[in-house]
Amino acid sequence: MTNLDSSSTAEPGVAQHRARWHDRKGLVQIALLAGLLLVPIGLHLLGHVYYVNLASKVTLIAMAAVGLNLAIGYGGMVSFGHAAYFGLGGYVAGISAYHAFDATALITWPVSIPGSDNMLVIWLAAIVLCGLLALAIGAISLRTTGVYFIMITLAFAQMVYYFANSWPSYGGEDGLPIYLRNGLPGLDTNDALTFFLISFAGLVLAMAITSRLMKSRFGAALTMARLNDTRLATAGINPYPIRLAAFVISAMITGLAGALYADLNGFVSPSMLSWHFSGELMVIVILGGVGRLYGPLAGAVLFVMMETLLGGLTEYWQLFLGLLLLVVVLFAKHGVMGWLAGREHDE
Amino acid sequence: MMSEILLSLDNLNKSFGALRATQDVSLDLRAGEIHALIGPNGAGKSTLIGQIAGNLRPDTGSIQLVGQELTSMSVAQRARLGLGRSFQVSSLAEPLSVMRNVMVAVQALQGHSFRFWKPVNHDRSLLEPAYEALERMQLTHRAWTPVSELSHGERRQVEVACALALKPRALLLDEPMAGLGPEGSAHLTELLETLKLEVPILLIEHDMEAVFRLADRISVLVAGAVIAHGDSATIRQDPRVREAYLGD
Repeated sequence: MTNLDSSSTAEPGVAQHRARWHDRKGLVQIALLAGLLLVPIGLHLLGHVYYVNLASKVTLIAMAAVGLNLAIGYGGMVSFGHAAYFGLGGYVAGISAYHAFDATALITWPVSIPGSDNMLVIWLAAIVLCGLLALAIGAISLRTTGVYFIMITLAFAQMVYYFANSWPSYGGEDGLPIYLRNGLPGLDTNDALTFFLISFAGLVLAMAITSRLMKSRFGAALTMARLNDTRLATAGINPYPIRLAAFVISAMITGLAGALYADLNGFVSPSMLSWHFSGELMVIVILGGVGRLYGPLAGAVLFVMMETLLGGLTEYWQLFLGLLLLVVVLFAKHGVMGWLAGREHDE
Repeated sequence: MMSEILLSLDNLNKSFGALRATQDVSLDLRAGEIHALIGPNGAGKSTLIGQIAGNLRPDTGSIQLVGQELTSMSVAQRARLGLGRSFQVSSLAEPLSVMRNVMVAVQALQGHSFRFWKPVNHDRSLLEPAYEALERMQLTHRAWTPVSELSHGERRQVEVACALALKPRALLLDEPMAGLGPEGSAHLTELLETLKLEVPILLIEHDMEAVFRLADRISVLVAGAVIAHGDSATIRQDPRVREAYLGD
């Protein structure tokens, strides 16, 4: 063995690259999170419930995009079908609440399972079911790459969409209302600020998990699978199971965001499953900065702000969104976060 | 003295349509030696390497590493069993540091990569073996430099370091000298001479000077088949080799 001290092996650049509160990147990140947390609290104090709900919307769409960013940004898997998991999460919340409200069984065979209006139960079910769906879709889709991967994930999501659209038990194309928002023991989830704080906690947790994951051995392997899968295989690690695991985790995060989103709106419909939403999530990830931890948050803030402000002025607001996307793709390849906070050191 | 056979190819055949890219190739690699594989362009060297490394499946024949049948294994499985490999065109993750490239190989050696929690950046069980592999290649001063900033020759060295980090039983080096200056080439030659005592090397190389100086045995591949086999002196004098390859 060599007699190295840790100073010779430890990455010398780490100290300079890690975000600190006093450098530019750290400031931008803290400002984004603190802004998202404090603005709704302030508005709630002033009695503007509408804006608190809008902040919840931003938060949950950002969380869904955090999930997609794990697949696209960190894993290099351009999924055009993440609406499937968002929508499935939404339907889990909706269907469970529907049966809880009716006091009927969710399924009767092989065992009778009643509906539940407990968010914890719903979240767990959404995470498990989205994980299983992503395992099936990913196992097949990840045998392809590039444009074929984009198309096959889209095709699977459209299958789920048309299934929900044509299944009359839960509203079909009309969607399914959630008459009473699902509850969390000890909390009043009907309170707009409480619900926002739950969503915010979800977003922060999703970001923390992503960050930790990408620093681990699994993250190192996933990064190598994205940058050069030949190198990964030559090093003795098969890229396929690594990618598949990342795809499943990514879908679980997006699915949990979907379950909360249905509760926010008190309604779930096939539009949550539509390819439009898959596209919007991709736009948000690209706007914010592909493979940037805070990218989905920045992208979602920008997207919902444009939708709300410009959408109030003209129904053609997406024209401006398109222009902005064009500018970002042409001039700021690392998205809004790359432009505000500088480049990431590994890329 | 017969030393232990670590890698052996037995009657490999591979055709692409009417083209027989590999024809009844049998060769072996023994402990302590450098076995060079030479041949003119289009002789089927890349196809043969592909079959050894696991990118291509032979039509018939078998490949064994330390007695283990490799033929139906994936690239990753072969690597874990101890087949180290460098590429003709260097294949590394450009934006990542040298260290991160080597660490992935160390990581594979230590078992599965479904470890989601502990950060790799301060994991001494990954850093130290990777650092050692870089020491062997005299590359420690470049440990934290992104691969994209390295010279051509340094990238070759990183590739070999990645292969060494796997603690290989056999090394498959595909034109490691290509693009190196005289100095780099001399340095690598020296290195391979000490390295072979630990890990035998199957060397695919264009630089004839290096081959004749380094190789204990040479096999000459022409049109998919091994036409000659022997030590440097034998190969230099073989009339078929001179005709087919050395251009006399």
